[in-house]
Amino acid sequence: MNLTSKALTKSIGVFHAACSPCNNCDIEILDALTPKHDLERFGITLVGSARHADVLLVTGVPNYKTAERLKKLYLQTAKPCLVVAVGGCACGRIMFRDSYNSPCAVDEIVPVDLYIPGCPPKPEALIAGVVKLLAKLRGK
Amino acid sequence: MRAALTPHYWLLTTNMLKSFFYYFIFPGFLFAASVGLIAGWVDRKVTARLQWRKGPPWHQNFTDIVKLIGKEVIVPANGRWVFLLAPFIGLLAASLVAALVGVSIIHPQQSFVGDLIVVLYLLTIPAISMIIAASSCGNPLASVGASREIKLVLGYELPFIISIVAMAIKSSGAIQLGSILNIQAAYGSNIASWSGFFAFIVVIFCIQAKLGFVPFDASEAEQEIVGGVLIDYSGVLLALFKLTKAVLLYTLPLFMIILFMGKDLSLLFLALKYTGILVIIILIKNTNPRLRIDQAMRFFWGPVTLLAIAALILASIGL
Repeated sequence: MNLTSKALTKSIGVFHAACSPCNNCDIEILDALTPKHDLERFGITLVGSARHADVLLVTGVPNYKTAERLKKLYLQTAKPCLVVAVGGCACGRIMFRDSYNSPCAVDEIVPVDLYIPGCPPKPEALIAGVVKLLAKLRGK
Repeated sequence: MRAALTPHYWLLTTNMLKSFFYYFIFPGFLFAASVGLIAGWVDRKVTARLQWRKGPPWHQNFTDIVKLIGKEVIVPANGRWVFLLAPFIGLLAASLVAALVGVSIIHPQQSFVGDLIVVLYLLTIPAISMIIAASSCGNPLASVGASREIKLVLGYELPFIISIVAMAIKSSGAIQLGSILNIQAAYGSNIASWSGFFAFIVVIFCIQAKLGFVPFDASEAEQEIVGGVLIDYSGVLLALFKLTKAVLLYTLPLFMIILFMGKDLSLLFLALKYTGILVIIILIKNTNPRLRIDQAMRFFWGPVTLLAIAALILASIGL
């Protein structure tokens, strides 16, 4: 494991990619970033631009418009960039599987590294997921 | 080959090595960037404590830089060379200021006449490099950021230069950092006089804008134009911009110490004064909302410029 990927596990820029979610997962993500849980002590910060992102947090079921944009967004990020699917919709499209406006799941568009199920997942579940992601990165 | 080198050449090479050392290692780039990154951590930690958080560990900013070095660099198809060169121009200029300011604190005799003016010019170059960088990438949000940065530069440069002219008059017309320091060592710090006090307040606001901190961060506004000028930068180039910010965070308070508090520059007092100015900057940053660009312009060209002119008049009648 070289120095730069070790630094990557200690300094993560999180980009919030909302693919037509119902906003519950987004609220929980913002809760995880509030002072109560304080993710900045692990070096995790919310970034505004996809170019600065190390992790894409994808929420929601992609529809025909956002599926295209999610693919573009992933191509715009600077690699190495990981993708985390947050919530039941992003993990497996739950009850929207056969919906008329849902062409595909998130992991059919971009390579997903971590699934955090829940409707919505609690901030504690998000943090537990990030810890597993870091363990996976260190194991590589 | 060695026999061919006359003493003259040896002197030349040692002088060059010395300049390189001043520029790249101490008190130039390496030292300035390290201190600046730690000062950036102090900023993040104090912000976290003010929000009842724990805050990042002390090496967080170094970790961020190392991480960015490992990331991919994405370059837009048009404006490729300008996009690549702009961050280097900013960092080189900022490091040169750090070296000039640092050398004139360590050896006040080694500074040259007119280096105050050189420093003033060089301090605008990081902002100009940001403007060039943002305009070269062709991103609409970046161009909004660039236009705001241009307006901000126009706004703060006027009171900044007026108050520095006031301080040059106060130091009996010296335009040399070393002699400004010597005059203060003999007659007391500039901040103890009325003109110095007013000019100090003006320059605090101006360096807040030069550092791009809240309330004057409209050009980078993360929540509004998602990073503005830096939106298309990634990898090493983004790291260079972060290092430029760090070098400026070291240099600008030090420049203020030379101008206003040059009385006692022993290591302890220097560190205390630097920390004091840093705390003022951080407190302004944490207790103010972001100003719109027109509000920022009105602020700089209105009350701040008036205060600077007052400092100039007071300095010219000797107060």
